Amino acid sequence: MQNFKIIGKDDLLSVATQMKYDHYRLAQISCTKKDKLDLVYSFVKDYDLENIRIELEFDEEIESISGIYSYAFLYENEIKELFGVKIMRISLDFNGTFYKIKKTESKNGEVAQNG
Amino acid sequence: MSFFQMAKTVLSSMFKKPATLNYPVKPREYDPIVRGHIEIEIEKCIFCGMCQRKCPTGAIKVERAEKRWAIEPFDCIQCNNCAESCPKDCLHMHNTATPANENRDLIRDARISVDAEDNKDS
Amino acid sequence: MGNRTIVPFGPQHPVLPEPIHLDLVLEDETVIEAIPSIGFVHRGLEKLVEKKDFQQYVYVAERICGICSFMHGMGYCMAVENVMDLKLPDRAEFLRTIWAELSRIHSHLLWLGLLADAVGFESLFMHCWRLREEILDLFDMTTGGRVIFSVCKVGGVRKDIDAEKLKKIVEVLSNMDSSLRSITKIFLSDTSIISRMSGVGVLSPEEAFDLGAVGPMARASGIVVDDRLLGYGAYPHVKFEVQTATEGDCYARTKVRINEIFESISIIKQCVSLMPSDTAIDVPVKGNPDGEYFARLEQPRGEVVYYVKGNGTKFLDRMRVRTPTFANLPPLLHTLKGVDLADVPVLVLTIDPCISCTER
Repeated sequence: MQNFKIIGKDDLLSVATQMKYDHYRLAQISCTKKDKLDLVYSFVKDYDLENIRIELEFDEEIESISGIYSYAFLYENEIKELFGVKIMRISLDFNGTFYKIKKTESKNGEVAQNG
Repeated sequence: MSFFQMAKTVLSSMFKKPATLNYPVKPREYDPIVRGHIEIEIEKCIFCGMCQRKCPTGAIKVERAEKRWAIEPFDCIQCNNCAESCPKDCLHMHNTATPANENRDLIRDARISVDAEDNKDS
Repeated sequence: MGNRTIVPFGPQHPVLPEPIHLDLVLEDETVIEAIPSIGFVHRGLEKLVEKKDFQQYVYVAERICGICSFMHGMGYCMAVENVMDLKLPDRAEFLRTIWAELSRIHSHLLWLGLLADAVGFESLFMHCWRLREEILDLFDMTTGGRVIFSVCKVGGVRKDIDAEKLKKIVEVLSNMDSSLRSITKIFLSDTSIISRMSGVGVLSPEEAFDLGAVGPMARASGIVVDDRLLGYGAYPHVKFEVQTATEGDCYARTKVRINEIFESISIIKQCVSLMPSDTAIDVPVKGNPDGEYFARLEQPRGEVVYYVKGNGTKFLDRMRVRTPTFANLPPLLHTLKGVDLADVPVLVLTIDPCISCTER
């Protein structure tokens, strides 16, 4: 079974910096929306996989890691638009226009909810 | 040099048989396992609804009371799940595409045929 | 400073088979920035996992992409099998590997054809697709589907390939070899193709790592990364070399993909000769998945990540796919900076974009 390390949202930046320092690459960021928002950041070094999990309340804000991993901006924009996670200070923030979906729907991440 | 390489390929292609079929004259032959479309032997069907439950797209509708079995061919993804799950072995996958038909209902519904219904009553 | 213009590129463009939109900021003829936007074909497939049970979802997973269709089904099945702790029979693993490698050959040939088309070499495009058609016929013969195979299922595969058909596969691949070599030689030695690709869109190894490139994109920059070495499927039993190049330009990416075709042929031949005689191809699946797993596998375009989270019912909580094109977008945006507008189509093509995958 794979390990999922649970951390608080304030530790995200320091953990991500450490990962970058250890030459891990960001494999993906995923979000699960059930009774809570559940963000999983996966880091890959050669063939090891490290997963970091952060649980958030719906209206909680979280820092972007796009300052550390520049390409995280794609994942973060996606999560922001489809799940309505409040990710702050993304290096290239599309503000809801990354996915060309009707604006009225993508504002609060309603698209993901309604299917 | 590489020009002559390509010229060689072009020249040899000129004398080779075409890679395509002379289609309407020579139709394509499909392997027997190719999944084309589903057909039902309605006489053997017991309307158990197993195929309806197994169908991933919900293309099959079975109404037990009316003894009606219908498939929406445009929803069918040719996965062969229904044929594999049929307890009476009355669903068959054919290796040709769904035949064209002007009457949409004919393709969509394979109701129990009139003859078979007569036989059942007698 | 020259004149700045913004040229919209896509979503409809002659060289792009799939819709991605790039806003190219040009200074005279040179691109200085590219801003992507996607979402033209967003289908909500990840959400659909809550509506279909986990066995039925295999068919949806296969339809994420039309080209690496088999490997999407396989990745999803691998993730669910790992959650449920299923051990597949060896024969199923070998069959999956054969189909996966055939998919790789077919995908690379398709891509070579598109590349020839993008550089304006129409007859080469036809030749590539003619060869690809022979692979598609093999799919027809062994799985019953040309593009969507529907042979993967949770717990194994649904169809066996008998000895006769295995022999046929090897025969077709051996016969293809000479024409494949003569065609790929054109890509690697034709002056006009080289002048179109060589030195265009150079990605250094450091940049490739910093931007998270995967698959042939990373390997062309000299990074040895291949998820087949993770040891899924039958890959631990076969010998293969990870194909890399050092230049990091479009030409290197073409070279890597061409070498991978030959490597795949050798993998398939080894699989056929090592094929276990035991005829079991699936294991019974009992219960429902409960737990989560990240499966990673190497697709023709690079690494795909499948995340599956089950809750003990037959409907999964969450399924996430991170497709290779999504990871290769940042390197593309980076390499676009500084190229001529006329080189943009070729460069966009060399990441082998699959936008439908990317948006799910």
